[in-house]
Amino acid sequence: MFAIDWTHAGPTVLAGFLASLVEFIEALTVVLAVGVVRGWKGALGGAGLALLLLLVIVVVLGPTLTRIPLDVVQLGVGTLLLLFGLRWLRKAILRAAGIIPLHDEDALFAKEVATLSRFARATQGFDRVAVSAAFKITMVEGIEVVFIVIALGAAGGGLLVPASVGAIAALLLVVALGLVLHKPVSTIPENTLKFTVGLLLSAFGTFWVGEGGGFDWPGADWSLLGLFALFLGASLLAVRLCRKGSVA
Amino acid sequence: MIKTVLAEFIGLFVDDVPFAVTIAVWLLVAILVLPRLGVPAPALVLALGLAGILVESAVRRARR
Repeated sequence: MFAIDWTHAGPTVLAGFLASLVEFIEALTVVLAVGVVRGWKGALGGAGLALLLLLVIVVVLGPTLTRIPLDVVQLGVGTLLLLFGLRWLRKAILRAAGIIPLHDEDALFAKEVATLSRFARATQGFDRVAVSAAFKITMVEGIEVVFIVIALGAAGGGLLVPASVGAIAALLLVVALGLVLHKPVSTIPENTLKFTVGLLLSAFGTFWVGEGGGFDWPGADWSLLGLFALFLGASLLAVRLCRKGSVA
Repeated sequence: MIKTVLAEFIGLFVDDVPFAVTIAVWLLVAILVLPRLGVPAPALVLALGLAGILVESAVRRARR
């Protein structure tokens, strides 16, 4: 077994945690709607089945990627992470500038409840509508979590465990919130969270593409902080320019 | 359902096509061309280019 330097792995755990938190909150909203309208057996069954499948994907794909030369993985995964992170950051900028509307968990919950209420309930056995709705949303949002965990874990070189710890902590937190609140988690400032995750993923992606391309980063791993600051500065500038641009 | 999951997966990386293409082209240029030109601090140039692409794309979308 290899030892993990948790000080070094800290940013990976944080990135895995925050990114997964956003995705799990979105999944929780729909699973709660399924549970309230169709019953908890189908909602939990569908979500549990999807989580099991996602776990299998991580267990199979994660170690496979570690067998590919690190610089190749860093270039490939770093590029995908950049496309993913910058896309997320761009959307957060546009939301912060008021160009596109903020994500509304309460509205999503109401919409799901209305949709699910239209289908007749099965009198016995599994409620197919409930299982399939909970499975689909958990799978769709979970695939994003799997990508983030594998990308953070593989490109960092043996950081799959810290990235998974971050994601599992986020899952536990969201499940606990769901159990306590029994309603969508709409009080979390989601766009700020997405902004932060976009910054983290963009910084990691840039760092790994540079590493994979054979570039030297000044300050080695510490340059991640500099990259975070650079993207933060650029994003804040973009928000200001977007506000001006939309008014003009 | 598989179609939805696949579409969602592709949508993870590509939302605005010109934005995604510009990022990919810039990465190719940075990795393949910058070292041959002997540009000092190519890592910094790579990062600044990406930040520039982000700002330009967001502002372009806002003005649309």
